[in-house]
Amino acid sequence: MKAAPAIEAIELVKTYKGEVSALAGLSFEVEPGTVFGLLGPNGAGKSTTVKILTTLSAPDSGAAMVGGVDVAKHPERVRRIIGAVAQESGSIAALTGRQNLRLQGDLQGMAPKELTGRSEQLLDTFGLTDAADRTAKTYSGGMRRRLDIAIALVHQPEVLFLDEPTTGLDPEARADTWRALTELAARQQLTILLTTHYLEEADQFASRLAIIDWGQIVAQGAPDELKAALRGDSVVVEMGDRRGAGIGERALLQLTDVGSVALDGTALRARVPDGARLLPSMLAALDGAGVQVESVAVSRPSLDDVYLHFAGRSFHSAQEVAA
Amino acid sequence: MRPFVRQTWALTRRYLTQMEPAFIFISLVQPIIWLLLFGALFKEVVRIPGFGGDSYITFLTPGVVVMTALFSAGWSGMNFIDDMDSGVMSRMLVSPVHRGAMMASTLVYQALTTVVQSIIIVLLGWALGAKFPSGVPGVTMLVLGAVLIAVAFAALSNGLSLVTRTRETLIAAATALVLPLSFLSFAFMQANLVPGWIAGIARYNPVNWAVEAGRSALAVHVYWGTVGSYVLFLLASAIVAGVLATRAFRSYQRSI
Repeated sequence: MKAAPAIEAIELVKTYKGEVSALAGLSFEVEPGTVFGLLGPNGAGKSTTVKILTTLSAPDSGAAMVGGVDVAKHPERVRRIIGAVAQESGSIAALTGRQNLRLQGDLQGMAPKELTGRSEQLLDTFGLTDAADRTAKTYSGGMRRRLDIAIALVHQPEVLFLDEPTTGLDPEARADTWRALTELAARQQLTILLTTHYLEEADQFASRLAIIDWGQIVAQGAPDELKAALRGDSVVVEMGDRRGAGIGERALLQLTDVGSVALDGTALRARVPDGARLLPSMLAALDGAGVQVESVAVSRPSLDDVYLHFAGRSFHSAQEVAA
Repeated sequence: MRPFVRQTWALTRRYLTQMEPAFIFISLVQPIIWLLLFGALFKEVVRIPGFGGDSYITFLTPGVVVMTALFSAGWSGMNFIDDMDSGVMSRMLVSPVHRGAMMASTLVYQALTTVVQSIIIVLLGWALGAKFPSGVPGVTMLVLGAVLIAVAFAALSNGLSLVTRTRETLIAAATALVLPLSFLSFAFMQANLVPGWIAGIARYNPVNWAVEAGRSALAVHVYWGTVGSYVLFLLASAIVAGVLATRAFRSYQRSI
């Protein structure tokens, strides 16, 4: 028998007053004990989804279950089994790391003895033991984020929500944060839902991904499956200007082996079965059309390409629209 | 009930830990000005026939205690706004925390602050020559009245912060309320010497209930029944304000 999903979102719809719909019928399932990534540009609906699943906000229609409990019907039961880290910090700047953990444990109704042991263990796991008695406002960005995650985990939740957990952190702090998280996820049966707009992060840490755009899931699967759906290589030709890119697009589409060409600003992204072999004829075609090529790159499909393929626009251009 | 109490205490302790001790002293600058300058300026009003009393400082001190309680309570909602901006509010709301405990803890904290402030102001007034004939029981009732009006006003400020979610609106609303509410009372002038319409409004102004409760409890002959009924009215106002403000969490959650 298949285990009941740890998270289930069914046709979630949410519209904010006077705005386009944030969620337009979003559905997905997350298996227990896995890391699930919600990937999409800013404004795609990731945070709204997390707010609904963590009982912070209510959908206009649709339903959601976390740990088999309906979030709209029994929010207080859901709150006992989840931990959540929002984009903003969530820890209290004027309290020390230890005081922050103790406060959350008290709010969760933990037994004092259990709480002390758990706090020490979390401070250790997240490398905060030495800083435990300093106020959180003295922490670096990475330390603060690790404290936020430790706070969310103090009551041993079944499901952990991480909304853009590493946004604004330097690469080293991002790596530290992920190291602590993966260690933790491996040790206990914890389901993690993370949202991110870092493609590499989703690729590396999530066992399953859903790509979200305009409030809907446009594709989901394991990162490798998603990449495998795009057979062949990706050739990116930078043309330098939009006019050249437009002419180049038509020229490349004449070639029989070129599967698809997408215009991404001043660049062309083509899908071909074998990039290295086909490159000379592509360049010849562009040369024949009388356009200048600035640079060219051949690569195995990345999540960037997956995103372009399923969302119909490149990840970076979607980010710019949202920004 | 037990989780509610434990959560309220844990959150109150949080506010006490993060309090800047300097805040209490800074908040005393205003009452000192009222007592020293305003008290000196209107020193002679006691000579107006019908004022009935021989020291304006004695008359003024309960008024300043209540007004100071009101002023600091007006800022209470800032705690929530800081929490909204830092993500702490969201974290609380997705934890199994009673909304009532989130509200109650800020009110308990406000009550404790008010007790300390009020006692300091009473001592200041005493140093400046105010007389408190009924002694400790009278001062206790004055402080209780100040605490209750502070709790009611802090609840209002909290509720407003959940609805408006901005510092500017909260400060504007609080300052716009404190002075009129204080002037539409007998904090600075004897009841029989204010215009009839102000006396009429003052009867229904909770701020005046607190002033009157304190002042009558400090009189030579105390009518404890009168003091008691003012305190009951204040208690009712504080409870109503607290309950209404707790409902404002729903409005906040709808907006995010």
